Amino acid sequence: MSTLTTIPIEQYLIFCSALFCIGVIGVLIKRNALVILMSIELMINSINLLLAAFSAYSGDPAGQIFVFFIMVVAAAEVAIGLSIVVLIYRTTHSIDIDVLNKLKW
Amino acid sequence: MLTILLILFPLALSLIIFFTKEKRAARAGALAGALVELGIAVTAFIRFRYVCRCELLASADWFSEMGISLKFGMDGIGLLLVLLTTVLTPVILFSASREKGERPPAFYALVLLMESALVGVFTSFDGLIFYVFWELALIPAWFICALWGGDDRIRITFKFFLYTFTGSLLMLAALVWVYVRTPAPHSFDFQWMYAAALSPREQAWVFAAFFVAFAVKIPVFPFHTWQPDTYATAPPSGSMLLAGIMLKMGVFGMIRWMLPICPDAVRLFTPWAMGLAVTGIVYGSVIAIRQDDLKRLIAWSSIAHVGLITAGVFALNIQALQGSVIQMVSHGINITGLFLAVMFIEHRTGTRSIAQLGGIARQAPRLAFLFMLMVLGSIALPLTNGFVGEFLLLIGLWEYSTVAAAVAGLTVIFSAVYMLWMYQRTMLGDAVPATENFADLSWREASLFIPLAVLVLWIGVAPGMFLDISVQDAVQVLNYLK
Amino acid sequence: MILLIILMLPLAGFLVLGGGFRSIPKRVGAVIGTNTILGAFLLSIALFYFHQHLSPSMHQPKGSFVFSLFEWIQAGNLRIPFEFIVDPLTLLMLLVVTGVGYLIHLYSVGYMNDDPGFNRFFAYMNLFVFFMLLLVTAGSFPIMFIGWEGVGLCSYLLIGFWFRNQEYNNAAKKAFIMNRIGDLGFLVGMFLIYTTFGSLSFLPVFAKAGAMPAGTPVLTAITLLLFVGAVGKSAQIPLYTWLPDAMAGPTPVSALIHAATMVTAGVYMVARSGALYALAPFTLTVIAVTGIATALFAAVIALFQNDIKKILAYSTISQLGYMFAALGAGGFTGAVFHLTTHAFFKALLFLGAGSVIHAMGGEQDIRRMGGLRKKMPITAFTFLAGTLALAGLPPLSGFFSKDEILLALFGRSPLMWGFAAAGALLSALYMFRMLFLAFFGRFRGTDEQDHHLHESPGVMTFPLVILALAAVAGGLLNLPGWTGTEGKLAGFLDPVFSVFTSSSVTHHLSPSTEWILMGVTLAAIVAMIAIAWRRYGRGEEEPATEVTPGALRRLAEEKFRIDELYDRVVIRLLLWLSRFLHDTIDRRGIDRAVNGAGAAVVRAGNTFRFIQTGNVGFYMFIMILGILAILVTNILL
Repeated sequence: MSTLTTIPIEQYLIFCSALFCIGVIGVLIKRNALVILMSIELMINSINLLLAAFSAYSGDPAGQIFVFFIMVVAAAEVAIGLSIVVLIYRTTHSIDIDVLNKLKW
Repeated sequence: MLTILLILFPLALSLIIFFTKEKRAARAGALAGALVELGIAVTAFIRFRYVCRCELLASADWFSEMGISLKFGMDGIGLLLVLLTTVLTPVILFSASREKGERPPAFYALVLLMESALVGVFTSFDGLIFYVFWELALIPAWFICALWGGDDRIRITFKFFLYTFTGSLLMLAALVWVYVRTPAPHSFDFQWMYAAALSPREQAWVFAAFFVAFAVKIPVFPFHTWQPDTYATAPPSGSMLLAGIMLKMGVFGMIRWMLPICPDAVRLFTPWAMGLAVTGIVYGSVIAIRQDDLKRLIAWSSIAHVGLITAGVFALNIQALQGSVIQMVSHGINITGLFLAVMFIEHRTGTRSIAQLGGIARQAPRLAFLFMLMVLGSIALPLTNGFVGEFLLLIGLWEYSTVAAAVAGLTVIFSAVYMLWMYQRTMLGDAVPATENFADLSWREASLFIPLAVLVLWIGVAPGMFLDISVQDAVQVLNYLK
Repeated sequence: MILLIILMLPLAGFLVLGGGFRSIPKRVGAVIGTNTILGAFLLSIALFYFHQHLSPSMHQPKGSFVFSLFEWIQAGNLRIPFEFIVDPLTLLMLLVVTGVGYLIHLYSVGYMNDDPGFNRFFAYMNLFVFFMLLLVTAGSFPIMFIGWEGVGLCSYLLIGFWFRNQEYNNAAKKAFIMNRIGDLGFLVGMFLIYTTFGSLSFLPVFAKAGAMPAGTPVLTAITLLLFVGAVGKSAQIPLYTWLPDAMAGPTPVSALIHAATMVTAGVYMVARSGALYALAPFTLTVIAVTGIATALFAAVIALFQNDIKKILAYSTISQLGYMFAALGAGGFTGAVFHLTTHAFFKALLFLGAGSVIHAMGGEQDIRRMGGLRKKMPITAFTFLAGTLALAGLPPLSGFFSKDEILLALFGRSPLMWGFAAAGALLSALYMFRMLFLAFFGRFRGTDEQDHHLHESPGVMTFPLVILALAAVAGGLLNLPGWTGTEGKLAGFLDPVFSVFTSSSVTHHLSPSTEWILMGVTLAAIVAMIAIAWRRYGRGEEEPATEVTPGALRRLAEEKFRIDELYDRVVIRLLLWLSRFLHDTIDRRGIDRAVNGAGAAVVRAGNTFRFIQTGNVGFYMFIMILGILAILVTNILL
């Protein structure tokens, strides 16, 4: 445990925040549906890391347990997301999200 | 027991008729049902007057945790209005069967549903149930106007619906607020609501909400702009239902719910309310003079008359309040009679435009006489029903404010002006192209007027019978304002 | 009891004739229509004797009976029973209304013989008599008001009897509306009475009022308001213009309603409420001034009219003015006396005019008449009697009644007497002008009319004769003191009026003054007659040049253009206001606001819908913004 705590928590914070922001930007900017899904994964993983770090630093195992939950949920979400992308590709032959603009005014 | 029957019977009959395929059976069933309903109401009246003055209460719990119970009953004022409803509905149904084209069963079902809802409004002693029936009355009104109305009916009916609905929502908000303020356990029961402890500021807001809701329904100037269009576009039965009975819901709501719940606010805002009401009287009368469409003219005259009734509610003395009650009944009868006459005229000549009419009296003396009788009731000739109400109202107004009464008294002159002018241009003089082949009323058609005519004279000559019924409850209402 | 039958008879007549007016043959209708009134008259006489011979203990004080039928309207402290009063004043009015009414009904059988609406006519006439009787027997203000408005209604129905003519209908409508304007004053007066005295019945109100000092503002207000009602009903300035127009109705209608009965309702009301008026000297002055002004004004207009009925109409207005002037001067008995004699001779004159019009085949312009006395002797003679009575020549009734009024006025103010006397002179002038132009000289109409001229049938001349007798002998009712016999009428009415006239509203003059005044007026009147004879009696056409300058004459001929003034000021204004309120305020103001609310919602919706771009990326962007916003506000608050 002590080795883990030699790195100050602020570095974890900054690192995870940076990862999260990269993920957010990826979601917002990218047009490729698969890349968006990957960015979402990036966001999730950054959160996982931060949770684990806080858990280690405060000695509360609840954080790490929660990480497991998140990983399960993320897996399920990715499965569904990818299947939706596959279905969309089958109908529109593209994975560009700008193609999906029919539900408008 | 009688009360519940009064509400449920037309409701059930309405459902049955709605699913009937055979038009004639539907019509006959509806007419018979309305007459039975009238019989029940008269029984209740006789019991109320001669046997015991009990309120015929009946209650059952519904959501007792929330404090909502199904409490119904008829006190004097409610009884009079229920009588009005049950007397006018058969007339309206009978007249509907004379309208252009056969009406489908759904129409009769809707009228009966409306009757049920109206009776429900007048007999609810639980605030939320009152609201439920209030809104319930709006539904058949919407359908009747939108499906069988005249020009531009969808837009006008929508406007009518949204306008009154907005008001009703305000009323709901007020009711809920008062409910929250009733002593624990909270209840919508009327006695609990009367006992709610409201601070003056709260009362002001509650009053405002109630007032807007009722003012739109009645209508009181300046919330009246939906009314002329709606009355003109609605089918004749629709106009009779709306003008004859439905608008009385608003006045009734004021008397039963608004006055006792926020008395301090009422006293505070009476000058304003009175001002609006009296303005409406003059405003409506003056505009009525120049109208060309017969139904519009009657609509504007109605605004004037109900302005007087509303002013009477706010005068806060027994004469004015009794005047309001009896005038509600009288107005319902008179305006139904007027619309009935207009229906025959429009039916026979195809137009409602006064400019295109004339000389009908020559060919149709029966219609001329009956129409004249309704006109006289409308302009409050002594010995007609209109006079009793108007006299009580004006004298009650006078006790409150001489200026208000003097201004309101102008209705005496103006009503004669527009009514007689209208009558002269449509009925008197020589026949014009549109009225050359005007057939007089058959005995069956004339008989539609008979209950109305009888009541016009009965209430005019011997109003004591009716005034006696409501006087104790009117005094009670005023006591809440002390 | 008897009273109720008296009232119910004409009502029954109305119902029967009204219900079956198409099916009942004319003869039966005539019998029903006239005999209801005859029955009422006979019963009135019976009531009269009954009243006289009843032992005093059965009377309430002052010889009046009050009884009530049932509670009409009741709310809180307000109680209005259906109550009636029988006292000398009532009895007098009953006799006049039913008596003169019967004669007019009888006359109408002949006059309306050719009219298809025969039964309808009698139905309306009977209804009118019913309401009039209700008015004079009412024991409280609201009950009187029922009769008051009721006669207004019947007046409307009868003026517009020939309803195919829109001009007539306009006249009827005008009458009703002007009446209504007065009625509003009556109503407001009633309200004030209620709030002041707590009751609306005559006896309690008068008793309480008697306790108040004279000149109390409330009393003045009440009396003024009630007088407004009288102004409308009895056609005084400024609400008189309906009466000349009302001549559109059949002539018997004019005789009954607009000469003998309805228009006198105002006078009756003031007389009945004398207890109130005696304590409001200001109002009395107003009444007197209005009366005299009206009397004079109408007389001037009458002088320049050429329609026989219009002359009589303005004459009625003028005579009513005299009655009010008498009331204003405190001469209550004089006013009522003149009411009675006026009923006699004015009805007579109208019926005579009716005969003339009938004989002339509908012609009403006196310039086209002339020399009628040769072909219609009875009519001419009775007409002469009526004219003499109106002009005020002794020993006819009009002399005594008019004189009593003039004397009362002189006692009040010599100036008033002067104006009134001037009016009397004009009355003589225009009446004799009419008489001479119509009945003397040579005939100026068409040949066709000449052939048609005939005396009226007996059923029409009989009432004329009776009325003429009444007009001549009516003076016996109330001979003034100097003849040695006590005024019977004054004595009869004394119980009613002495309650308040003892407060010295009346003035007494010395006999010599009386003689002088009488002599002067008499001489002047004779002079007027002479002038009229010279100008018109010779049978010449109207002279082309007149004494008065052209402009004034034209103005008077056109009734001083008052009708046009009213039209401009009141009617046009009202119509403009109606249009203005409707188009500008309602349509463009309020309705715009309401519809605007709806439109605003639609517009907002139209703007906001563009957020739905359909672009998923955009949605995600907004979503993230939203989350950030929530976080930020959470931290801030």
